[in-house]
Amino acid sequence: MIKFVNVSKEYPNGVEALSNINLEIKKGEFVFLVGASGAGKSTLIKLLLKEEEATTGSIYLNDIDITRVRNRRIPRIRRNIGVVFQDFRLLHNKTVYENIAFAMEIIGTRPKEIRRRVPMVLSMVDLSRKASHFPDQLSGGEHQRVAIARAIVNNPPVLIADEPTGNLDPDTAWEIMKVLSDINAGGTTILMATHAKDIVNMMKKRVIVIEDGKMIRDDEKGGYDHEIQTI
Amino acid sequence: MTMRFRLFKNVIKQGFQGMWRNRGMGVASVSSISAVLMILGVVLILILSINELVLETQGKFDEIEIFLQDEVTDEQLTLIEDTIRGEEGILSVLYKSKDQALEEYKEQWAEQAYLLEGLESDNPLPNSYIIQLKDIDFAENVVKKIKYMDGVEKINYHKEIIDKLLLFANYIRIGGLVVMGALVAVSIFIISNTIKLTVAARKREIQIMKYVGATNGYIKGPFVIEGVLFGLIGALLSIVLVYYGYGYFFKSVGDNLYSMFTIILIEPKAILLDLSIIFIAIGTGIGSIGSLVSMKRFLNV
Ligand SMILES: Nc1ncnc2c1ncn2[C@@H]1O[C@H](COP(=O)(O)OP(=O)(O)OP(=O)(O)O)[C@@H](O)[C@H]1O
Ligand SMILES: [Mg+2]
Repeated sequence: MIKFVNVSKEYPNGVEALSNINLEIKKGEFVFLVGASGAGKSTLIKLLLKEEEATTGSIYLNDIDITRVRNRRIPRIRRNIGVVFQDFRLLHNKTVYENIAFAMEIIGTRPKEIRRRVPMVLSMVDLSRKASHFPDQLSGGEHQRVAIARAIVNNPPVLIADEPTGNLDPDTAWEIMKVLSDINAGGTTILMATHAKDIVNMMKKRVIVIEDGKMIRDDEKGGYDHEIQTI
Repeated sequence: MTMRFRLFKNVIKQGFQGMWRNRGMGVASVSSISAVLMILGVVLILILSINELVLETQGKFDEIEIFLQDEVTDEQLTLIEDTIRGEEGILSVLYKSKDQALEEYKEQWAEQAYLLEGLESDNPLPNSYIIQLKDIDFAENVVKKIKYMDGVEKINYHKEIIDKLLLFANYIRIGGLVVMGALVAVSIFIISNTIKLTVAARKREIQIMKYVGATNGYIKGPFVIEGVLFGLIGALLSIVLVYYGYGYFFKSVGDNLYSMFTIILIEPKAILLDLSIIFIAIGTGIGSIGSLVSMKRFLNV
Protein backbone atom coordinates (compact mmCIF):
# COMPACT_ATOMS: atom_id res chain seq x y z
CA MET A 1 0.00 0.00 0.00
CA ILE A 2 2.66 2.51 1.14
CA LYS A 3 6.37 1.97 0.61
CA PHE A 4 9.35 4.25 1.25
CA VAL A 5 12.60 3.24 -0.48
CA ASN A 6 15.78 5.04 0.54
CA VAL A 7 13.89 8.27 1.08
CA SER A 8 15.76 11.36 2.25
CA LYS A 9 14.54 14.89 2.62
CA GLU A 10 16.71 17.95 2.95
CA TYR A 11 14.92 21.27 3.28
CA PRO A 12 16.28 24.17 1.23
CA ASN A 13 17.74 25.68 4.42
CA GLY A 14 19.99 22.61 4.78
CA VAL A 15 18.06 20.79 7.54
CA GLU A 16 18.17 17.06 6.84
CA ALA A 17 14.70 16.20 8.13
CA LEU A 18 14.69 12.57 6.94
CA SER A 19 17.59 10.35 5.95
CA ASN A 20 17.40 7.05 4.17
CA ILE A 21 13.95 5.93 5.29
CA ASN A 22 12.85 2.43 4.25
CA LEU A 23 9.45 1.17 5.32
CA GLU A 24 6.44 -0.65 4.06
CA ILE A 25 2.88 -0.39 5.29
CA LYS A 26 0.40 -3.01 4.14
CA LYS A 27 -3.24 -2.52 3.36
CA GLY A 28 -5.40 -2.39 6.47
CA GLU A 29 -2.54 -1.77 8.91
CA PHE A 30 -2.66 0.72 11.77
CA VAL A 31 0.75 2.33 12.25
CA PHE A 32 1.95 4.82 14.84
CA LEU A 33 4.73 7.19 13.90
CA VAL A 34 6.49 8.41 17.03
CA GLY A 35 9.58 10.43 17.89
CA ALA A 36 10.65 13.59 19.62
CA SER A 37 9.64 17.00 18.40
CA GLY A 38 11.56 17.82 15.24
CA ALA A 39 12.31 14.16 14.51
CA GLY A 40 10.74 14.35 11.07
CA LYS A 41 7.27 12.84 11.49
CA SER A 42 5.38 15.68 9.82
CA THR A 43 7.96 15.77 7.08
CA LEU A 44 7.32 12.11 6.30
CA ILE A 45 3.59 12.83 6.11
CA LYS A 46 4.16 15.87 3.90
CA LEU A 47 6.10 13.72 1.47
CA LEU A 48 3.18 11.32 1.24
CA LEU A 49 0.81 14.23 0.59
CA LYS A 50 3.17 15.69 -2.01
CA GLU A 51 3.28 18.88 -0.01
CA GLU A 52 7.05 18.50 -0.02
CA GLU A 53 9.26 16.69 -2.51
CA ALA A 54 11.62 13.94 -1.42
CA THR A 55 15.24 14.85 -2.13
CA THR A 56 16.14 11.26 -3.02
CA GLY A 57 14.42 7.90 -3.02
CA SER A 58 11.01 6.64 -4.09
CA ILE A 59 7.64 6.62 -2.36
CA TYR A 60 5.04 4.18 -3.59
CA LEU A 61 1.35 4.56 -3.03
CA ASN A 62 -0.67 1.71 -4.52
CA ASP A 63 2.40 0.75 -6.56
CA ILE A 64 2.66 4.22 -8.10
CA ASP A 65 5.91 6.05 -7.44
CA ILE A 66 4.49 9.38 -6.32
CA THR A 67 7.89 11.09 -6.39
CA ARG A 68 7.71 10.83 -10.16
CA VAL A 69 4.16 12.05 -10.54
CA ARG A 70 3.70 15.29 -12.41
CA ASN A 71 2.13 18.30 -10.68
CA ARG A 72 -1.06 18.00 -12.64
CA ARG A 73 -1.73 14.57 -11.22
CA ILE A 74 -1.14 15.49 -7.57
CA PRO A 75 -4.87 16.01 -6.92
CA ARG A 76 -5.48 12.42 -8.06
CA ILE A 77 -2.88 11.15 -5.60
CA ARG A 78 -4.43 13.14 -2.78
CA ARG A 79 -7.85 11.67 -3.41
CA ASN A 80 -6.44 8.35 -2.21
CA ILE A 81 -5.45 9.83 1.13
CA GLY A 82 -7.63 11.32 3.83
CA VAL A 83 -5.82 13.71 6.19
CA VAL A 84 -6.50 14.86 9.73
CA PHE A 85 -4.46 17.52 11.51
CA GLN A 86 -3.90 18.57 15.07
CA ASP A 87 -5.64 21.89 14.41
CA PHE A 88 -8.73 20.34 12.74
CA ARG A 89 -8.82 22.83 9.83
CA LEU A 90 -12.56 23.22 9.49
CA LEU A 91 -14.30 26.04 7.64
CA HIS A 92 -15.97 28.24 10.21
CA ASN A 93 -18.59 29.69 7.90
CA LYS A 94 -19.91 26.25 7.02
CA THR A 95 -21.98 23.88 9.14
CA VAL A 96 -20.75 20.43 10.11
CA TYR A 97 -22.76 18.94 7.28
CA GLU A 98 -21.44 21.50 4.77
CA ASN A 99 -17.85 21.02 5.88
CA ILE A 100 -18.12 17.37 5.00
CA ALA A 101 -20.20 17.80 1.86
CA PHE A 102 -17.62 20.33 0.66
CA ALA A 103 -15.00 17.58 0.32
CA MET A 104 -17.35 15.72 -1.99
CA GLU A 105 -18.42 18.76 -3.99
CA ILE A 106 -14.91 19.72 -4.99
CA ILE A 107 -14.37 16.40 -6.71
CA GLY A 108 -17.70 16.64 -8.48
CA THR A 109 -19.79 14.05 -6.61
CA ARG A 110 -23.47 13.82 -7.51
CA PRO A 111 -25.71 15.75 -5.05
CA LYS A 112 -27.77 12.63 -4.51
CA GLU A 113 -24.67 10.71 -3.51
CA ILE A 114 -23.59 13.55 -1.20
CA ARG A 115 -26.98 13.51 0.55
CA ARG A 116 -26.66 9.78 1.05
CA ARG A 117 -23.05 9.63 2.13
CA VAL A 118 -22.69 12.61 4.53
CA PRO A 119 -25.26 11.35 7.09
CA MET A 120 -23.53 7.98 6.92
CA VAL A 121 -20.10 9.29 7.92
CA LEU A 122 -21.71 11.60 10.48
CA SER A 123 -23.19 8.60 12.23
CA MET A 124 -19.84 6.79 12.00
CA VAL A 125 -18.23 9.57 14.04
CA ASP A 126 -21.33 9.86 16.21
CA LEU A 127 -22.21 13.43 15.22
CA SER A 128 -25.57 12.97 13.56
CA ARG A 129 -27.23 15.33 16.03
CA LYS A 130 -24.74 18.12 15.30
CA ALA A 131 -25.05 18.18 11.52
CA SER A 132 -26.42 21.72 11.38
CA HIS A 133 -24.07 23.19 13.99
CA PHE A 134 -21.23 25.52 13.12
CA PRO A 135 -17.69 24.57 14.24
CA ASP A 136 -17.65 27.33 16.88
CA GLN A 137 -20.51 25.54 18.63
CA LEU A 138 -18.53 22.30 18.95
CA SER A 139 -16.09 20.89 21.49
CA GLY A 140 -12.50 20.03 20.54
CA GLY A 141 -13.27 16.34 20.23
CA GLU A 142 -16.27 17.08 18.07
CA HIS A 143 -14.12 19.32 15.87
CA GLN A 144 -11.74 16.48 15.31
CA ARG A 145 -14.53 14.03 14.59
CA VAL A 146 -15.86 16.35 11.92
CA ALA A 147 -12.35 16.53 10.45
CA ILE A 148 -12.15 12.74 10.45
CA ALA A 149 -15.55 12.46 8.83
CA ARG A 150 -14.39 14.87 6.13
CA ALA A 151 -11.19 12.89 5.64
CA ILE A 152 -13.00 9.60 5.06
CA VAL A 153 -16.10 10.81 3.25
CA ASN A 154 -14.60 10.15 -0.17
CA ASN A 155 -13.61 6.64 0.91
CA PRO A 156 -9.83 6.97 0.65
CA PRO A 157 -7.91 3.72 1.16
CA VAL A 158 -5.43 5.53 3.41
CA LEU A 159 -6.06 7.86 6.35
CA ILE A 160 -3.18 9.96 7.65
CA ALA A 161 -3.39 11.74 10.97
CA ASP A 162 -0.71 14.16 12.20
CA GLU A 163 -1.10 14.39 15.98
CA PRO A 164 -4.91 14.18 15.82
CA THR A 165 -5.17 14.13 19.62
CA GLY A 166 -2.55 16.80 20.22
CA ASN A 167 -5.07 19.47 21.23
CA LEU A 168 -7.42 17.20 23.17
CA ASP A 169 -7.72 16.09 26.78
CA PRO A 170 -7.06 12.38 27.45
CA ASP A 171 -10.70 11.28 27.54
CA THR A 172 -11.51 13.02 24.32
CA ALA A 173 -8.32 11.65 22.79
CA TRP A 174 -9.55 8.14 23.52
CA GLU A 175 -12.86 8.96 21.89
CA ILE A 176 -10.94 9.86 18.74
CA MET A 177 -8.84 6.70 18.93
CA LYS A 178 -12.04 4.68 19.15
CA VAL A 179 -13.29 6.33 15.95
CA LEU A 180 -9.96 5.72 14.20
CA SER A 181 -9.97 2.06 15.31
CA ASP A 182 -13.45 1.62 13.88
CA ILE A 183 -12.36 3.16 10.59
CA ASN A 184 -9.31 0.89 10.53
CA ALA A 185 -11.55 -2.09 11.23
CA GLY A 186 -13.47 -1.16 8.11
CA GLY A 187 -10.28 -1.80 6.09
CA THR A 188 -8.78 1.69 5.87
CA THR A 189 -5.01 1.84 6.30
CA ILE A 190 -4.08 4.36 9.01
CA LEU A 191 -0.81 6.17 9.65
CA MET A 192 -0.82 8.34 12.75
CA ALA A 193 1.97 10.57 14.02
CA THR A 194 1.72 11.20 17.75
CA HIS A 195 3.40 12.12 21.03
CA ALA A 196 0.72 10.40 23.13
CA LYS A 197 2.63 7.65 24.94
CA ASP A 198 -0.25 6.00 26.73
CA ILE A 199 -2.30 5.79 23.56
CA VAL A 200 0.54 4.10 21.72
CA ASN A 201 1.22 1.78 24.64
CA MET A 202 -2.39 0.76 25.08
CA MET A 203 -3.31 0.28 21.42
CA LYS A 204 -0.69 -2.40 20.80
CA LYS A 205 -0.29 -1.52 17.15
CA ARG A 206 2.76 -1.30 14.95
CA VAL A 207 5.10 1.52 16.02
CA ILE A 208 7.71 3.22 13.88
CA VAL A 209 10.17 5.39 15.79
CA ILE A 210 12.03 8.24 14.13
CA GLU A 211 14.93 10.08 15.70
CA ASP A 212 16.76 12.91 14.04
CA GLY A 213 15.33 11.91 10.69
CA LYS A 214 16.37 8.27 10.96
CA MET A 215 14.11 5.30 11.49
CA ILE A 216 15.49 3.68 14.60
CA ARG A 217 12.79 1.15 15.38
CA ASP A 218 9.85 -0.67 13.78
CA ASP A 219 7.89 -2.86 16.21
CA GLU A 220 4.99 -5.04 15.17
CA LYS A 221 3.03 -4.64 18.41
CA GLY A 222 5.18 -2.14 20.19
CA GLY A 223 4.77 0.51 22.80
CA TYR A 224 6.07 4.03 22.97
CA ASP A 225 8.65 3.34 25.66
CA HIS A 226 9.46 -0.17 24.53
CA GLU A 227 13.12 0.59 24.07
CA ILE A 228 13.51 1.99 27.56
CA GLN A 229 11.57 -0.91 29.06
CA THR A 230 13.82 -3.52 27.49
CA ILE A 231 17.08 -1.94 28.53
CA MET B 1 -19.54 15.10 -18.33
CA THR B 2 -22.12 15.75 -15.67
CA MET B 3 -19.35 15.65 -13.09
CA ARG B 4 -17.52 18.29 -15.07
CA PHE B 5 -20.67 20.33 -15.30
CA ARG B 6 -21.22 20.19 -11.54
CA LEU B 7 -17.63 21.28 -10.95
CA PHE B 8 -18.05 24.07 -13.48
CA LYS B 9 -21.21 25.27 -11.78
CA ASN B 10 -19.44 25.33 -8.42
CA VAL B 11 -16.60 27.35 -9.87
CA ILE B 12 -18.96 29.94 -11.36
CA LYS B 13 -20.94 30.21 -8.15
CA GLN B 14 -17.80 30.74 -6.07
CA GLY B 15 -16.57 33.33 -8.55
CA PHE B 16 -19.71 35.42 -8.07
CA GLN B 17 -19.54 34.95 -4.30
CA GLY B 18 -15.92 36.08 -4.27
CA MET B 19 -16.78 39.18 -6.23
CA TRP B 20 -19.63 40.01 -3.89
CA ARG B 21 -17.59 39.47 -0.71
CA ASN B 22 -14.79 41.55 -2.17
CA ARG B 23 -16.98 44.33 -3.49
CA GLY B 24 -15.28 47.06 -1.44
CA MET B 25 -11.88 46.55 -3.02
CA GLY B 26 -13.67 45.60 -6.21
CA VAL B 27 -14.59 49.25 -6.63
CA ALA B 28 -10.86 50.02 -6.91
CA SER B 29 -10.39 47.34 -9.55
CA VAL B 30 -13.40 48.37 -11.55
CA SER B 31 -12.44 52.06 -11.44
CA SER B 32 -8.88 51.37 -12.50
CA ILE B 33 -10.04 49.24 -15.41
CA SER B 34 -12.61 51.88 -16.35
CA ALA B 35 -10.01 54.62 -16.21
CA VAL B 36 -7.70 52.66 -18.48
CA LEU B 37 -10.47 51.91 -20.91
CA MET B 38 -11.70 55.49 -21.01
CA ILE B 39 -8.27 56.76 -21.86
CA LEU B 40 -8.07 54.01 -24.43
CA GLY B 41 -11.39 55.24 -25.74
CA VAL B 42 -10.06 58.75 -26.25
CA VAL B 43 -6.93 57.41 -27.95
CA LEU B 44 -9.06 55.13 -30.08
CA ILE B 45 -11.35 57.93 -31.19
CA LEU B 46 -8.33 60.02 -32.07
CA ILE B 47 -6.78 57.21 -34.07
CA LEU B 48 -10.00 56.32 -35.84
CA SER B 49 -10.69 59.95 -36.68
CA ILE B 50 -7.23 60.39 -38.06
CA ASN B 51 -7.55 57.19 -40.05
CA GLU B 52 -10.76 58.50 -41.48
CA LEU B 53 -9.08 61.78 -42.30
CA VAL B 54 -6.17 60.02 -43.97
CA LEU B 55 -8.51 57.90 -46.04
CA GLU B 56 -10.57 60.87 -47.06
CA THR B 57 -7.53 62.89 -47.92
CA GLN B 58 -6.06 60.05 -49.86
CA GLY B 59 -9.29 59.81 -51.87
CA LYS B 60 -9.21 63.50 -52.61
CA PHE B 61 -5.56 63.75 -53.42
CA ASP B 62 -4.87 60.61 -55.33
CA GLU B 63 -4.48 62.46 -58.58
CA ILE B 64 -1.60 64.06 -60.39
CA GLU B 65 -1.94 67.17 -62.47
CA ILE B 66 0.55 67.56 -65.27
CA PHE B 67 0.64 71.04 -66.71
CA LEU B 68 1.80 71.25 -70.30
CA GLN B 69 3.81 73.91 -72.01
CA ASP B 70 1.78 75.95 -74.48
CA GLU B 71 4.15 75.13 -77.29
CA VAL B 72 3.93 71.35 -76.85
CA THR B 73 3.83 69.39 -80.10
CA ASP B 74 1.38 66.63 -80.95
CA GLU B 75 4.18 64.05 -80.99
CA GLN B 76 5.30 65.11 -77.52
CA LEU B 77 1.70 64.86 -76.32
CA THR B 78 1.26 61.31 -77.57
CA LEU B 79 4.59 60.35 -76.08
CA ILE B 80 3.63 61.77 -72.70
CA GLU B 81 0.23 60.14 -72.72
CA ASP B 82 1.64 56.75 -73.80
CA THR B 83 4.28 56.89 -71.09
CA ILE B 84 1.67 57.62 -68.46
CA ARG B 85 -0.61 54.85 -69.63
CA GLY B 86 2.32 52.45 -69.55
CA GLU B 87 2.81 53.06 -65.82
CA GLU B 88 1.49 51.01 -62.97
CA GLY B 89 -1.44 52.10 -60.81
CA ILE B 90 -3.11 54.38 -63.34
CA LEU B 91 -6.88 54.55 -63.08
CA SER B 92 -7.58 57.09 -65.79
CA VAL B 93 -5.87 59.76 -67.82
CA LEU B 94 -7.85 62.80 -68.82
CA TYR B 95 -6.76 65.56 -71.11
CA LYS B 96 -7.99 68.95 -69.94
CA SER B 97 -7.61 71.75 -72.40
CA LYS B 98 -7.08 75.29 -71.20
CA ASP B 99 -10.62 76.15 -72.24
CA GLN B 100 -12.04 73.37 -70.10
CA ALA B 101 -9.89 74.52 -67.20
CA LEU B 102 -11.27 78.01 -67.49
CA GLU B 103 -14.84 76.70 -67.61
CA GLU B 104 -14.22 74.77 -64.40
CA TYR B 105 -12.86 77.83 -62.70
CA LYS B 106 -15.89 79.79 -63.74
CA GLU B 107 -18.16 77.15 -62.26
CA GLN B 108 -16.23 77.06 -59.04
CA TRP B 109 -16.10 80.79 -58.64
CA ALA B 110 -19.79 81.11 -59.52
CA GLU B 111 -20.70 84.64 -58.39
CA GLN B 112 -17.24 86.02 -58.86
CA ALA B 113 -17.04 84.42 -62.31
CA TYR B 114 -17.27 87.83 -63.96
CA LEU B 115 -13.70 88.40 -62.87
CA LEU B 116 -12.66 85.73 -65.31
CA GLU B 117 -14.48 87.24 -68.24
CA GLY B 118 -12.37 88.31 -71.08
CA LEU B 119 -9.73 85.73 -70.39
CA GLU B 120 -10.98 83.45 -73.16
CA SER B 121 -9.04 85.28 -75.79
CA ASP B 122 -5.79 85.13 -73.84
CA ASN B 123 -6.24 82.17 -71.51
CA PRO B 124 -3.36 82.03 -69.02
CA LEU B 125 -4.29 78.54 -67.83
CA PRO B 126 -2.23 75.68 -69.23
CA ASN B 127 -3.44 72.54 -70.93
CA SER B 128 -3.08 69.57 -68.61
CA TYR B 129 -3.37 65.89 -68.02
CA ILE B 130 -5.34 64.80 -64.94
CA ILE B 131 -4.22 61.35 -63.84
CA GLN B 132 -6.32 59.38 -61.39
CA LEU B 133 -4.25 56.89 -59.43
CA LYS B 134 -5.33 53.75 -57.72
CA ASP B 135 -3.27 54.87 -54.75
CA ILE B 136 -1.16 57.88 -53.94
CA ASP B 137 1.82 55.56 -53.47
CA PHE B 138 2.06 55.15 -57.25
CA ALA B 139 2.48 58.87 -57.73
CA GLU B 140 6.21 59.05 -57.23
CA ASN B 141 7.05 56.63 -60.03
CA VAL B 142 4.84 58.35 -62.53
CA VAL B 143 6.21 61.72 -61.58
CA LYS B 144 9.79 60.55 -61.91
CA LYS B 145 9.16 59.20 -65.41
CA ILE B 146 7.56 62.26 -66.92
CA LYS B 147 9.08 65.08 -64.97
CA TYR B 148 11.78 65.87 -67.51
CA MET B 149 9.90 64.91 -70.67
CA ASP B 150 9.70 67.56 -73.34
CA GLY B 151 6.52 69.58 -73.17
CA VAL B 152 5.93 69.12 -69.44
CA GLU B 153 5.82 72.41 -67.64
CA LYS B 154 5.04 71.47 -64.06
CA ILE B 155 3.63 68.63 -62.01
CA ASN B 156 1.29 69.02 -59.08
CA TYR B 157 0.61 66.25 -56.61
CA HIS B 158 0.02 65.90 -52.89
CA LYS B 159 2.29 63.14 -51.79
CA GLU B 160 3.89 65.26 -49.13
CA ILE B 161 0.67 66.21 -47.43
CA ILE B 162 -0.38 62.61 -47.29
CA ASP B 163 3.02 61.53 -46.01
CA LYS B 164 2.94 64.08 -43.25
CA LEU B 165 -0.54 63.02 -42.31
CA LEU B 166 0.47 59.37 -42.21
CA LEU B 167 3.48 60.18 -40.08
CA PHE B 168 1.29 62.15 -37.69
CA ALA B 169 -1.19 59.30 -37.51
CA ASN B 170 1.65 56.93 -36.71
CA TYR B 171 2.90 59.11 -33.88
CA ILE B 172 -0.58 59.16 -32.41
CA ARG B 173 -0.83 55.40 -32.71
CA ILE B 174 2.54 54.72 -31.13
CA GLY B 175 1.99 57.27 -28.38
CA GLY B 176 -1.42 55.81 -27.71
CA LEU B 177 -0.03 52.29 -27.51
CA VAL B 178 2.72 53.28 -25.07
CA VAL B 179 0.28 55.07 -22.79
CA MET B 180 -2.09 52.12 -23.03
CA GLY B 181 0.60 49.58 -22.22
CA ALA B 182 1.57 51.45 -19.08
CA LEU B 183 -2.04 51.81 -17.97
CA VAL B 184 -2.84 48.17 -18.62
CA ALA B 185 0.16 47.16 -16.48
CA VAL B 186 -1.02 49.43 -13.68
CA SER B 187 -4.52 48.03 -13.69
CA ILE B 188 -3.29 44.43 -13.81
CA PHE B 189 -1.31 45.28 -10.71
CA ILE B 190 -4.33 46.81 -8.98
CA ILE B 191 -6.67 43.98 -9.83
CA SER B 192 -4.16 41.33 -8.85
CA ASN B 193 -3.84 42.97 -5.46
CA THR B 194 -7.59 43.02 -5.06
CA ILE B 195 -7.87 39.37 -5.84
CA LYS B 196 -5.01 38.58 -3.48
CA LEU B 197 -7.41 39.70 -0.78
CA THR B 198 -9.96 37.08 -1.78
CA VAL B 199 -7.22 34.52 -2.02
CA ALA B 200 -6.02 35.44 1.46
CA ALA B 201 -9.55 35.42 2.83
CA ARG B 202 -10.08 31.95 1.44
CA LYS B 203 -6.62 30.60 2.29
CA ARG B 204 -7.92 27.99 4.73
CA GLU B 205 -10.55 26.86 2.33
CA ILE B 206 -8.01 26.57 -0.47
CA GLN B 207 -5.61 24.62 1.69
CA ILE B 208 -8.36 22.23 2.65
CA MET B 209 -9.46 21.93 -0.95
CA LYS B 210 -5.94 20.91 -1.85
CA TYR B 211 -5.75 18.25 0.83
CA VAL B 212 -8.98 16.77 -0.34
CA GLY B 213 -7.70 16.64 -3.91
CA ALA B 214 -9.25 19.62 -5.71
CA THR B 215 -7.54 20.31 -9.02
CA ASN B 216 -5.70 23.55 -9.62
CA GLY B 217 -8.24 24.49 -12.23
CA TYR B 218 -11.03 24.10 -9.73
CA ILE B 219 -9.17 26.25 -7.22
CA LYS B 220 -8.12 28.90 -9.72
CA GLY B 221 -11.43 29.06 -11.54
CA PRO B 222 -13.40 31.19 -9.09
CA PHE B 223 -10.63 33.78 -8.87
CA VAL B 224 -10.34 34.04 -12.61
CA ILE B 225 -14.09 34.49 -12.80
CA GLU B 226 -13.95 37.14 -10.11
CA GLY B 227 -11.30 38.98 -12.11
CA VAL B 228 -13.24 38.62 -15.35
CA LEU B 229 -16.37 39.95 -13.66
CA PHE B 230 -14.51 43.01 -12.39
CA GLY B 231 -13.12 43.50 -15.89
CA LEU B 232 -16.53 43.14 -17.46
CA ILE B 233 -18.16 45.64 -15.12
CA GLY B 234 -15.32 48.08 -15.76
CA ALA B 235 -15.73 47.58 -19.50
CA LEU B 236 -19.50 48.12 -19.49
CA LEU B 237 -19.13 51.21 -17.35
CA SER B 238 -16.55 52.73 -19.64
CA ILE B 239 -18.47 51.81 -22.80
CA VAL B 240 -21.43 53.79 -21.49
CA LEU B 241 -19.29 56.71 -20.34
CA VAL B 242 -17.17 56.94 -23.47
CA TYR B 243 -20.07 56.47 -25.86
CA TYR B 244 -22.34 59.04 -24.29
CA GLY B 245 -19.51 61.35 -23.34
CA TYR B 246 -18.17 61.37 -26.86
CA GLY B 247 -21.67 61.60 -28.31
CA TYR B 248 -22.25 64.72 -26.25
CA PHE B 249 -18.92 66.21 -27.29
CA PHE B 250 -19.55 65.38 -30.93
CA LYS B 251 -22.97 66.97 -30.87
CA SER B 252 -21.91 70.16 -29.11
CA VAL B 253 -19.00 70.61 -31.49
CA GLY B 254 -21.40 70.13 -34.41
CA ASP B 255 -23.92 72.57 -32.94
CA ASN B 256 -21.30 75.21 -32.50
CA LEU B 257 -20.49 74.89 -36.18
CA TYR B 258 -16.84 74.14 -35.76
CA SER B 259 -17.57 72.25 -38.90
CA MET B 260 -13.92 71.68 -39.52
CA PHE B 261 -13.89 69.41 -36.48
CA THR B 262 -16.97 67.47 -37.39
CA ILE B 263 -15.42 66.65 -40.72
CA ILE B 264 -12.45 65.19 -38.90
CA LEU B 265 -14.26 63.56 -35.96
CA ILE B 266 -15.66 60.11 -36.46
CA GLU B 267 -19.34 59.61 -35.77
CA PRO B 268 -20.16 58.10 -32.36
CA LYS B 269 -22.47 55.45 -33.82
CA ALA B 270 -19.73 54.23 -36.10
CA ILE B 271 -17.51 53.26 -33.18
CA LEU B 272 -20.00 51.72 -30.74
CA LEU B 273 -19.52 48.12 -31.87
CA ASP B 274 -15.74 48.28 -32.17
CA LEU B 275 -15.53 50.12 -28.89
CA SER B 276 -17.64 47.49 -27.12
CA ILE B 277 -15.68 44.56 -28.50
CA ILE B 278 -12.31 46.12 -27.71
CA PHE B 279 -13.32 47.27 -24.24
CA ILE B 280 -14.83 43.95 -23.22
CA ALA B 281 -11.85 42.03 -24.58
CA ILE B 282 -9.31 44.24 -22.81
CA GLY B 283 -11.35 44.54 -19.60
CA THR B 284 -11.83 40.80 -19.18
CA GLY B 285 -8.25 40.22 -20.32
CA ILE B 286 -6.90 42.53 -17.62
CA GLY B 287 -9.20 40.87 -15.09
CA SER B 288 -8.16 37.32 -15.84
CA ILE B 289 -4.45 38.08 -16.15
CA GLY B 290 -4.62 40.07 -12.92
CA SER B 291 -6.17 37.15 -11.05
CA LEU B 292 -3.72 34.63 -12.48
CA VAL B 293 -0.83 36.88 -11.48
CA SER B 294 -2.18 37.12 -7.95
CA MET B 295 -2.22 33.34 -7.59
CA LYS B 296 0.98 32.47 -9.38
CA ARG B 297 3.15 31.96 -6.35
CA PHE B 298 0.62 30.37 -4.09
CA LEU B 299 -0.55 27.70 -6.51
CA ASN B 300 2.66 25.72 -6.56
CA VAL B 301 1.98 24.29 -3.10
N1 LIG C 1 9.47 23.92 5.73
C1 LIG C 1 10.60 23.65 6.42
N2 LIG C 1 11.73 24.27 6.08
C2 LIG C 1 12.87 24.01 6.74
N3 LIG C 1 12.97 23.14 7.76
C3 LIG C 1 11.87 22.48 8.13
C4 LIG C 1 10.63 22.71 7.50
N4 LIG C 1 9.70 21.93 8.08
C5 LIG C 1 10.34 21.25 9.04
N5 LIG C 1 11.64 21.58 9.08
C6 LIG C 1 12.65 21.01 9.97
O1 LIG C 1 12.72 19.63 9.72
C7 LIG C 1 12.85 18.91 10.93
C8 LIG C 1 11.72 17.91 11.07
O2 LIG C 1 10.50 18.63 11.24
P1 LIG C 1 9.10 17.92 11.36
O3 LIG C 1 8.06 18.97 11.32
O4 LIG C 1 9.02 16.84 10.36
O5 LIG C 1 9.18 17.31 12.83
P2 LIG C 1 8.07 16.53 13.66
O6 LIG C 1 8.63 15.20 13.96
O7 LIG C 1 6.78 16.59 12.97
O8 LIG C 1 8.01 17.40 14.98
P3 LIG C 1 6.74 17.68 15.94
O9 LIG C 1 6.58 16.46 16.75
O10 LIG C 1 7.18 18.85 16.76
O11 LIG C 1 5.57 17.99 15.07
C9 LIG C 1 12.89 19.95 12.03
O12 LIG C 1 14.25 20.19 12.36
C10 LIG C 1 12.28 21.16 11.42
O13 LIG C 1 12.82 22.34 11.96
MG1 LIG D 1 4.87 17.49 13.37
